[in-house]
Amino acid sequence: MLEIKNLHVNVEDQEILKGLNLTVNAGEVHSIMGPNGSGKSTLAQVLAGRDSYEVTEGEIVFEGKDLLELSPEDRACEGIFMAFQYPVEIPGVANTYLLREALNSIRRYRGEEPLKHIEFAKFAKEKMKVMDMGDNLLKRAVNEGFSGGEKKKNEIFQMQILEPKLSILDETDSGLDIDALKVVADGVNALRSPERAFVVITHYQRLLDYIVPDFVHVLVDGKIVKSGGKELAFELEDKGYGWIEEEKTAANS
Amino acid sequence: MSITLSEKDNGYIQGFAGFKKNAPGSELGWLKSIREQAITKFSELGFPTLQDEDWRFTNVTPIARSSFEILQNGHNKVSSADLSPFQFENTEVTELVFINGRYSEDLSTHSKLPDGVIVKNLAEAIDSEQEILKDNLAKYADFKEEAFTALNTAFMEDGGFVYIPKATIVETPIHLLYISTDGDNPSITNPRNLIIAEDNSEANIVEHYASLADNIYLSNVVTEMVVGENSSIGHYLIELESKKAFNISTLRAQQARSSNIKSHSVLLGGSLVRNNVHPVLAGEGCDSLINGLYMTTHRQHIDNYMKVEHASPHCDSRQLYNGVLDGRSRGVFHGRIIVHEDAQKTDAKQTNRNLLLSDNAQIDTKPQLEIYADDVKCTHGATIGQIDENALFYLRSRGISEEASKDIIMHAFTNETLESMSVDSVKNYCYNLVANWFNQRKEDQQA
Repeated sequence: MLEIKNLHVNVEDQEILKGLNLTVNAGEVHSIMGPNGSGKSTLAQVLAGRDSYEVTEGEIVFEGKDLLELSPEDRACEGIFMAFQYPVEIPGVANTYLLREALNSIRRYRGEEPLKHIEFAKFAKEKMKVMDMGDNLLKRAVNEGFSGGEKKKNEIFQMQILEPKLSILDETDSGLDIDALKVVADGVNALRSPERAFVVITHYQRLLDYIVPDFVHVLVDGKIVKSGGKELAFELEDKGYGWIEEEKTAANS
Repeated sequence: MSITLSEKDNGYIQGFAGFKKNAPGSELGWLKSIREQAITKFSELGFPTLQDEDWRFTNVTPIARSSFEILQNGHNKVSSADLSPFQFENTEVTELVFINGRYSEDLSTHSKLPDGVIVKNLAEAIDSEQEILKDNLAKYADFKEEAFTALNTAFMEDGGFVYIPKATIVETPIHLLYISTDGDNPSITNPRNLIIAEDNSEANIVEHYASLADNIYLSNVVTEMVVGENSSIGHYLIELESKKAFNISTLRAQQARSSNIKSHSVLLGGSLVRNNVHPVLAGEGCDSLINGLYMTTHRQHIDNYMKVEHASPHCDSRQLYNGVLDGRSRGVFHGRIIVHEDAQKTDAKQTNRNLLLSDNAQIDTKPQLEIYADDVKCTHGATIGQIDENALFYLRSRGISEEASKDIIMHAFTNETLESMSVDSVKNYCYNLVANWFNQRKEDQQA
């Protein structure tokens, strides 16, 4: 589904990603872990199409298409979704309005009929049950005045509505209490299917107790330096990232 | 005989001499005296200049240099079909129509109003409602200090008169529609509106200035609104003057105890526009909501001048003004809040946000707090910016096109000031005006 080859990315003339390789197949959940500043969020932003991130080398192929050629909106329409680490507040735009516009925009892209107001309302109501969200969150302006937990839940709720093929969760678990974390995890697990894939970027192993990954990758200094199964996450939790960096230094010398 | 006003050769005084003979109520001593005082004040004050602190950002030389004719024949050539673009849908309405400043009975609409409510044109009210006029007209709008108010007061002849008796609720909006038509020479009108709401009353009044032609004229408007105890009055100003027109307007509201006003202005037209909003929260526990939206393009200049005067304790005022500026246009927001010595527990908040759509557009925003009481809460904030890149990326990342995302963000910005309008038919009308403005912008960009 997604193939990233030798990806180099600059942010403000500084190289952040330095030759990253990653292959994600349909049905898989990949977790990317790593210390602060290793490039985790940069990877998420580049996949979503943020233009302040400059790709200097390498390629990203999504379902046979050159992703780097696509605008952020076309990527979303192709089935990519990023849950923002810091969701943006948009005063004056109702949450439900954004979601209907987004869903219908994606439907039109695929040649499907846009949903009517009533159809959308029904659909959204179903999805809301999973997310344990009140009606008023739908009516309120996008993320405006939401608590940290509400913002993150709202991201996952949007993901539920848009039903993407590939979801990238950028530290969605950071700052959540255990109840909110479970809701977020339930939201992700409800969407898991053989056709869909997830890239879960996280700092903490805790989330992976609830969203069990097929693969864990360790990102250090702009490269994936170690990959393994879910047991790698436990090892990281026990020992931190130091031992991997040492391994890497040893290998390089 | 037509009357022409200009600064040259004492034209305003000369013109007044001709005007006063035939003006409505010219035989009434009290009215004559007000007009005489006003023309004297106007000739002393002269037009404001950039040296005047209240006019620092707005140069009225184009007005001062023009000569304006007071048109005599107001009602020609306009049919009721011409008015439909300026009318509200899905509502009953009481609508007074003024063509080139003069009332047209034929074009006006009267719907059933509660007992005792009076809605008529000022020229007629001068005859029939003398007592109320005598007590209120020119008692609030300060013609002794403000040149344009003095000019209006000297030359006032017609406008809207609205009287709401005690404990009366008027459900349907009252629409004062001012239409300018083509003229051979630049012309002037001095619409004068007087709104009296007795205690415990409720009503919504819409002032609307529009044009059927692209000509040069000056609408110099003064509205006095006297709001009784515990009354709740909505005031709307919709300004859609012609591209070359000047519009100077002043809303002076006097609020008694526990009254509340909601003032909304939507300023879209005109080449040079100045809107003064001056509520005096005179009784305890008043509420004022003062919202405005201004959208400018090409070389338009729109100036919003607020003077919110807290004169009694426990009053709240909220100002929210949003501006969208495009082309080489210029906007001004000058927000003055004055808290008098006795006005303890004042809670005043002022917000002015500006969205610049062009590198050549300009906004001057100036808060000015004058606080003479010691137990008050006053806040102000102003922002100037372009479309928020983070918000834009967020929407695009959800599958919405760049253009549609920008539209959503811009509409959200404009709607912020419109959504608090309580009359739905007027609100929808304003939403459409804004949508048309954005559509016109797109057409201009494609052309």
